[in-house]
Amino acid sequence: MAVAKLAPQVSRPAPPPGSVITRSSRERTTAWPLVDRIAHALCWVVGIALCLVALAIVLFMFFKGVAYLHPRLLVESPAPSAVQSQSGGFFDPILGTLIVAAIGIAIAAPIGVALGTWLAEYGRPSWLARAVESVIEIIAGAPSVVLALFGLLVFAQGYLGFLSTTAENGGVYGRSFFAAGAVMAVLALPLVVASTREALTRLPDRLREASFALGRTPATTIRQVLLPAIRPDLATGTVLGLGRIIGDTAIISILLGTYLDFEKVGNVPAIGTLRGTGSTLTSYIFNNSPAGEGNAPQKAYAASFLLLIIVLVLNGIVTWLTTRDGQSEGGGLGRALRLIPFMPDPSS
Amino acid sequence: MDPMMPPPVRRIAVDRDPYVAPPRSAGNGAASTTAVAPRLHAARTPSLHVRERMSIESVWLAYGENWVVRDVSLPVRQGEVLAMIGASGSGKTTLLRSLNRLTEITAGAARSGQITLDGQDIHELEVNELRRRVTMVFQQPNPFPMSIFDNVAYALAERPGRGGRRRRRSPEIEHAVADALHRAGLYDEVGGDLERSALRLSGGQQQRLCIARALAAEPEVLLLDEPCSALDPISTATIEELIVELRDSVAIVIVTHNLQQAFRVADHVAFMHLGELVEYGTSEQVFDRPTIERTRDYISGAFG
Repeated sequence: MAVAKLAPQVSRPAPPPGSVITRSSRERTTAWPLVDRIAHALCWVVGIALCLVALAIVLFMFFKGVAYLHPRLLVESPAPSAVQSQSGGFFDPILGTLIVAAIGIAIAAPIGVALGTWLAEYGRPSWLARAVESVIEIIAGAPSVVLALFGLLVFAQGYLGFLSTTAENGGVYGRSFFAAGAVMAVLALPLVVASTREALTRLPDRLREASFALGRTPATTIRQVLLPAIRPDLATGTVLGLGRIIGDTAIISILLGTYLDFEKVGNVPAIGTLRGTGSTLTSYIFNNSPAGEGNAPQKAYAASFLLLIIVLVLNGIVTWLTTRDGQSEGGGLGRALRLIPFMPDPSS
Repeated sequence: MDPMMPPPVRRIAVDRDPYVAPPRSAGNGAASTTAVAPRLHAARTPSLHVRERMSIESVWLAYGENWVVRDVSLPVRQGEVLAMIGASGSGKTTLLRSLNRLTEITAGAARSGQITLDGQDIHELEVNELRRRVTMVFQQPNPFPMSIFDNVAYALAERPGRGGRRRRRSPEIEHAVADALHRAGLYDEVGGDLERSALRLSGGQQQRLCIARALAAEPEVLLLDEPCSALDPISTATIEELIVELRDSVAIVIVTHNLQQAFRVADHVAFMHLGELVEYGTSEQVFDRPTIERTRDYISGAFG
């Protein structure tokens, strides 16, 4: 109040008419040593080349995709046919991608956030914390095909038969949406852990002190102050994990079987599908590529285009989450997002 | 203990008469301070409800091998403001943080001596209960990244029916939040929209929000660690007035580098140097008639 009264309405003086406003010109590289100038030029060349490669991929996929992507393809199930016009669309693979991504992130997000929080806020005993960090690094570095093979080993155990198909002779097939989703969770876990941990480490200690100084326990502080404060980062980690899951092929081809349409197990509607096998966009693309059995390149191009769009949208969401200035008032979208756990609160 | 240091003043009588403002001396040292900055409650009667809440007895504090507070004894009374002054590294902030055991967050912190809250050793109290009874406001305003309402509601004592992040809005909680904001002198400015993000308040408002938050816990003692050092003069003046108003309902300890601020708000002043309590007395005594050479040097700006 007092501040407003004290601040007089000052009109800032403009420069006198006719005066020339000069700005310092860019530094001239001609004054640089030759080595620096060559390196400078190389940087430009490499940077532009990378952009061109990325642009080529997107444009190529765009034109191929637009040419072959008919709306019909989005709603038709794949059909076994050697003729491209009769082999159906990729409705099942789209649904399969969504199912695998949902299972994977539903497991990875809570565990990853919990692990990251434990590492950042407790991390004791320190030998255990170091061990956990190493394990997560190993997982992050492991090729997904290795994870998939390990997953097959695990889910083919007799006592996990309820998650996939059990054959007449008691052998467990080990391939199902459950199995693929669970191993996908392992794939996404390091990304969620890393973003949670980094974000918590970056939070200033004064937030924790402020909460402790009010007599709140570390657990309350984490739940009510720290995690809400890093919701954008939690969302970022989750979306990155989603992108990783959606793009992976090896786990799908090993743990989800080779049929392109849903193969249900048992008679229970949803559970039957999840226990059964199916396909995702990645396995569909692989199958229909010239290298696969289907050999329907037009379908592969169309599906690739769709996959590329999904990944680009996810990347866009990450960028939006990490660069928002946080000044928006939070309109309809913001309010809708606030209802989703781990989504950023636009008002904070 | 450093033999070159003057002995700390200690064993200050605890049940002394309520402080009566002595006539303003046109004296040495802080005379200029007096002229520039009149005491905020010079015009008001001193509090009649002075009673001791905390007592610091022969406290030593260390970080690792490094003793940063050496044998300090001080009373903390409700009804008056205690200011701790001294150069950087004099241990005053560490001493302040030990009053609600925030020093324990730092690894390697050690302590000897006794600190009591209403006669009870604070190390026998459950630490979170202690911190609810002795709350703290920090140098940097540190509101939580949530709404103004949630910031204050967060500090309310746990009630049955467990409050999550989005506490159930009982009229009781709304009243408590509004009350705390009133006490911190913030309600008139923000009362219209408590759902606003606390991060969008100005620095001075944020710091008053932090004070409101600290008051919402209904503490017996309020610790202020250089609460105005990050603020502009107008916000500082607002908060100083607030401090003086609050002293009747809560015991206040303030650490400050700003001697004029100490003079404006404090009833008693403790001057610390290199971990030792050099001089303690009413602010008139310490600023106008310091008995110890080092105090005189410090308040006249000779060092520190």
